[in-house]
Amino acid sequence: MMASRTRIGLIAGGLFFLGVGLTLYKAFILGFPLLPGEYREVWTIESKINFKPTKGPVQVDLKLPGSLAGWVILEEHFASSGFGFTVVENSDTREARWTRQQLVDSTTLYYKLQAYRPTDSELDDLTPPTIEKPRLEKDQSAAMERLIGLLSEQSSDTASFVSLLATEFNKDSDAQDHDAQFLLGTFDEPEKVVLLAVLAHAGIPAQEIRGIRLEDGRRRQTLSSLIEFHDGDRWLIIDPARASMGMPDNFFVWQRGNGALLGVIGGGDSSLEFALVSNRLPAKTVTSMEQMAHAYALLDFSIYALPVEQQGAFKGLMLIPVAALVVVIMRLLVGLKTSGTFMPILIALAFLQTTLLTGLSLFIILVGAGLWIRSWLSHMNLLLVSRISAVIIVVIFMMATTAIISYKFGLDRALTVTFFPTIILAWTIERMSILWEEDGWKEVLKQGGGSLLVAILAYMVMTNSLVEHLTFNFPELTLSLLAVILLLGKYTGYRLSELYRFSDLDKPT
Amino acid sequence: MIKLISPRKLRELGILGMNRRNVGFIGKYNPRKNYRLVDDKLQTKETALRHNIRVPELYGVIEYQHEIAAATRKLDKHEGFVIKPVQGSGGKGILVIIGRDGELFRKSSGTLIDAAEVRRHLSNILAGLYSLGGRNDKAMIEALIRFDPYLEKYSFEGVPDVRVIAFKGVPVMAMVRCATHESDGKANLHQGAVGVGIDIASGKAVRAVQHGHLVTNHPDTDACFAELQIPHWSQILDLASRCVAMTGLGYLGVDIVLDKLRGPMLLELNARPGLAIQVANMAGLRHRLAVAEKIAAQTDNHEEKIALARQHFGVEH
Repeated sequence: MMASRTRIGLIAGGLFFLGVGLTLYKAFILGFPLLPGEYREVWTIESKINFKPTKGPVQVDLKLPGSLAGWVILEEHFASSGFGFTVVENSDTREARWTRQQLVDSTTLYYKLQAYRPTDSELDDLTPPTIEKPRLEKDQSAAMERLIGLLSEQSSDTASFVSLLATEFNKDSDAQDHDAQFLLGTFDEPEKVVLLAVLAHAGIPAQEIRGIRLEDGRRRQTLSSLIEFHDGDRWLIIDPARASMGMPDNFFVWQRGNGALLGVIGGGDSSLEFALVSNRLPAKTVTSMEQMAHAYALLDFSIYALPVEQQGAFKGLMLIPVAALVVVIMRLLVGLKTSGTFMPILIALAFLQTTLLTGLSLFIILVGAGLWIRSWLSHMNLLLVSRISAVIIVVIFMMATTAIISYKFGLDRALTVTFFPTIILAWTIERMSILWEEDGWKEVLKQGGGSLLVAILAYMVMTNSLVEHLTFNFPELTLSLLAVILLLGKYTGYRLSELYRFSDLDKPT
Repeated sequence: MIKLISPRKLRELGILGMNRRNVGFIGKYNPRKNYRLVDDKLQTKETALRHNIRVPELYGVIEYQHEIAAATRKLDKHEGFVIKPVQGSGGKGILVIIGRDGELFRKSSGTLIDAAEVRRHLSNILAGLYSLGGRNDKAMIEALIRFDPYLEKYSFEGVPDVRVIAFKGVPVMAMVRCATHESDGKANLHQGAVGVGIDIASGKAVRAVQHGHLVTNHPDTDACFAELQIPHWSQILDLASRCVAMTGLGYLGVDIVLDKLRGPMLLELNARPGLAIQVANMAGLRHRLAVAEKIAAQTDNHEEKIALARQHFGVEH
């Protein structure tokens, strides 16, 4: 016994110190933050280029975003199966170039990047470009003159002039100035082009800013444009769609200046669309991730190395060992009875999706109603497998009913009922029902209550932001957790429940 | 306020806790490969017969659903019988039929059930409802035990069985579980059955406990436990300690019934015997297990082990 104890002790000690050691190394030498601290929004932007190839070789050029207006790009990823791919670096711009000799079907190319904006800094100062006056027809030129004259009278400076102009273009056609209406009509181009032409005619240096309006979870988002103009002193930005001054919130700046973003040679019907996801990550982690993206490839145990979707999955997975520890402690040290060893973890995972109170009430409703229906089934003398299958179907119907009824009553939260594992619920109902028949309802309450208590504790641990931060950023701590679980497996002391169970032995006989 | 006992006091009393039982005894002395022998009651029966240990007579085994109808017809020639899952645990799924009333069967509680109910019970057993891990199981039908009339007054609507804990061939602690009306004829202590601690030396009752409290008389039959003396005590100890050698399990719970005609018989074995026996005896197992370890180291002789156990574990009256 000693030998096996020592061996376990050595293994557990080794694992424990390995986990803690790696964590401390990452925290103090590599500078990973031990505490979650402030959170920051990191955007994942997936760009999709769709096009239909025509005959001959295909070349697709995409101007890549630079770090503008305080945006920092953390990671870039290109998908280009079957294409030749290069990134062409010019003096101040970068271009992704996909090439292929021949192509038959319409194709989608992907470019994914992760970016965040640590500071809301302004765009860099730039010498105003020389103004190219637009070529105009006589009547167009006259209309423009009149419009410029009218708005100059109403405005105090360049900024208010541009603002008035944008407002004018945004008005409904019946309230619009006749000249503005005429210009928009004859140009037959988007408003921003007309706006730029008027500004050029008025002698105000201006250019486009291309970028993406960021909305979490948005798919098929397209490019948007802002206009920046120079008032003789500095650059100002106006959002032509809203006629509001300044950089809008959540605008990712892709390119500054005119010129197309996407060029497709040997293809047509091209489009550029974006899918957007935002993640909240601890600020300090973002910084270190950025710094160490390349520096410590070997030592970087971080899950941040994975693609975003898998990161999310692992975020959940790394929490399960912690929940397992809760179960081990509650069963071995406290001596709580649960129905099914790890059933509480599965319930706790469902709670993560439903939130605690909703989840609890849903669980109690489902199991309660399930037990009631199951008591009918027990009179039908069915074979075990078909009885449990019947319970599964009943559970699914109950889930649907709960979802529909609660939706009709406007309780959207209850729709999360689908996150409960159906099979586990069915087995729980079956076991509880047998327990009821054999040992009475007291035992059912005891084991059901025990399971729920453990599930609630596991849920509270798993939703703790410190636990979340540590398991995700220091997965090696799981080794230390494993060590603790191994040691608990050799614990031979009394359980808390035994102090109650044997309490009567205290009496003198 | 919930009353708790201090861990130090428990240690002084030598109470064996669940964790220590699992790690220190079951995990250590009971090799997993030998579990089959005790978990499968058919194998237990066969092995016991090979070792000349008496067991209740086997009427038949049902393995498949389609055999049920024929088997129940064959039951007609037996007045009383017991149906058990072969791999049942904790006394679950045991149906005791003590007699007939026309077409109906009389359960030990006196309730009458029809043949369909019996068939349903059999099919539940086959589906694994009462078995470890819910595996498919077999059902066995064996002879009803006509238990010793002397013990009859100590049990209400159920068979009183003797549980002996044997460690390395040394009987360590014993109790009789007496069913009560409250326990619904089941010999389950936490359901209200009375546990009677038995002196290893003499086979006499030491004390009786129901729900953790001392009782002097059976709550239903009013029999006085102080007068209880288990008959054939030497045979029982002999049987219990022989089971250790038979199974190769060092730490074993042996359940024994006393038949009116055939004497002590092995009912079933348990590789993970419960801890309630300590409550019935108001004594801890740990000190006794330490002594038993010494006895086992001292001698290999079967008779000597029992003699030493009786000498060491005897309780003064």
